[in-house]
Amino acid sequence: MQPFHRHHGVLVPLLATNIDTDQIIPARFIHRPRNAGYGDQLFHDLRYDGSSAARSGFVLNQSGYRNGSILVAGLNFGCGSSREHAVWALLDYGFRAVIAPSFGDIFFNNALNNGLLTIVADDVLHEALALAARSKTGATVEVDLVDRTVVLDSRQSFAFDIDDHRQQALLEGASEIEMTLKALDRIRTFEVSHFDDKPWAAPK
Amino acid sequence: MMRPMQRKDTAKTLFDKIWDSHAIETRADGSSLLFVDRHLVHDATSQAFDMIEDVGLTIRRPDLTLGTADHYASTGGPIDDNDAERVAITNRLVERGRRADFTTYGIGDKRQGIVHVIGPELGFTLPGTVLVCGDSHTASHGALGALAFGIGASEIAHVLATQTLWQRRPRQMRITIDGFLKQGVTAKDLVLQVIRHIGAAGGTGFAIEYTGRVVRDLSIEERLTVCNMSIEAGARFGMVEPDDVTFDYLEGRPMAPSGVLWHQAVEAWRSLKSDENAVFDKEITIDGCKIEPTVTWGTSPEQAVTISERIPDPASEGDPLRRKAMQAALSYMGLQPGTPVQEIAIDRVFIGSCTNSRIEDLRAAASIAKGRKAQVPTIVVPGSGQVKAQAEAEGLDRIFTSAGFEWRRPGCSMCVAMNGDLVPPGKRCASTSNRNFAGRQGVGARTHLVSPPMAAAAAITGRLTDIRTLDSTG
Repeated sequence: MQPFHRHHGVLVPLLATNIDTDQIIPARFIHRPRNAGYGDQLFHDLRYDGSSAARSGFVLNQSGYRNGSILVAGLNFGCGSSREHAVWALLDYGFRAVIAPSFGDIFFNNALNNGLLTIVADDVLHEALALAARSKTGATVEVDLVDRTVVLDSRQSFAFDIDDHRQQALLEGASEIEMTLKALDRIRTFEVSHFDDKPWAAPK
Repeated sequence: MMRPMQRKDTAKTLFDKIWDSHAIETRADGSSLLFVDRHLVHDATSQAFDMIEDVGLTIRRPDLTLGTADHYASTGGPIDDNDAERVAITNRLVERGRRADFTTYGIGDKRQGIVHVIGPELGFTLPGTVLVCGDSHTASHGALGALAFGIGASEIAHVLATQTLWQRRPRQMRITIDGFLKQGVTAKDLVLQVIRHIGAAGGTGFAIEYTGRVVRDLSIEERLTVCNMSIEAGARFGMVEPDDVTFDYLEGRPMAPSGVLWHQAVEAWRSLKSDENAVFDKEITIDGCKIEPTVTWGTSPEQAVTISERIPDPASEGDPLRRKAMQAALSYMGLQPGTPVQEIAIDRVFIGSCTNSRIEDLRAAASIAKGRKAQVPTIVVPGSGQVKAQAEAEGLDRIFTSAGFEWRRPGCSMCVAMNGDLVPPGKRCASTSNRNFAGRQGVGARTHLVSPPMAAAAAITGRLTDIRTLDSTG
């Protein structure tokens, strides 16, 4: 996965509650191969109307936000379907971090598995970012994973929490599969005793 | 996201027992490397296979992997003359199965169907196992006492390559539903009320165990409906303690253990229950007697009312965020506050999906359809080839077609609008599926989630209808 250390970018507000992964990328688009990219389909039905014209009211169609790379989102962002395409669409568009009060559990894992930093914001951080992003276009944020800080407009600094293991994996851009395969002997040993204990669980 | 619960006492929940018996190792942060007993794959996760192939890895345990075509399955039209791209996608899964030596059911195979229907039906899903699938509705399988959860593509790739998965231990919630369900009230109404009660994010970070007299009295198919929608309350896991109902359901199924192994299994499964003094992080109690037939009015499954209520008014909502969400939902749904739910006319009906496409669902819908006529286009999509064959053996297909309902082939169909079945823009659908999200059933489609009998009743009257009044009005 793509490593994450620090990122500086324009803040984009999308504060509605329960933005589900169907809204992030509709199911009808998810059959492309990964390397074809999904950025053009991000928030497709919010961004475009039935005749594929840009909806001027949608935040990413507004000039100050179009090149944003840090999303400040609402409660339960990424709820619903497990499609990882939602994360890929955000990354391919150019987003590197999403900051929200809460996330759908599956989306949260998917994001971190791809180097899209998801930050669970407390009220103070969330309100400050939401206010700044809405009140002026071009509010910028520096997200520093090394220091675990979010700095708004080079002035206000906020700490955020992430578990040590996740932080390390993101900093290294480590492949979890590779790391697990190093433990293959332990897995094999476990597996043998597991099916000895529970022979009924072995495939028929 | 959530801090793992450190338990000092030795009493364990059902969830703890299965988790602990599958943890190969546990890190300081509370994450465990879990062994995966069962992996279900389908046709909408091809990128996960690409991920391991791209780095030269192979599927480690094809014998623990089972595939089926469902998301892209065409349910109507001639079977050999469908959208070429979709046919190619479903064929590609079958081809992968053949190459990697895991069993896969393609279009036309009698065992093909929705992944969460075929797992239990074949006895692939077993109590006490860890089961994963790249689909958020995987909690369904918890209905049989499995620890089952939905995963993303990177996690699928990890399971394919290693047959394990690193997971943070979730917190645990017990939802006790006491009393009984009244006549005309179904498992779907029950779970919609659970979601309304705790909210669409109420279960985020939690595993749910459903218990209480109402749950014990449910059939396996009804428990599947309840566990299926756990994710609509934010919870990746939903489960029910396995009991004689579970064992009776599983005995003799083709992939379930048999002979001596069956008896060993049942003995082991009888210990799969939460200890009496086990502590849950959160306890919810719901009175089953108070549950009424339920319908969603908005664009989140938490936006639900009973059939006898009116569309709520955002003006009376104190919380500004909720008020805003309500206003947006009403605008998308084309509804006015104060409208009696039963006055809402509908344009389409969909009976199917991993929530409600099993034989009992179809029987319930057929009992309403029998001898009546649909007022609006209605499709009935059985969850699997086996459900389809059973329904046809019972004559349900003829009841449906006589009522003007279309009888289709198995698949995810109109739940997810990626297979040719969709609701046109601006049209209103009474649907037995699980998500009323904006655009879920098609761009601009308006979804009302209901139970199978309520969906059939809506088809007959052309509006949202209280199933209990159908005799006098139908």
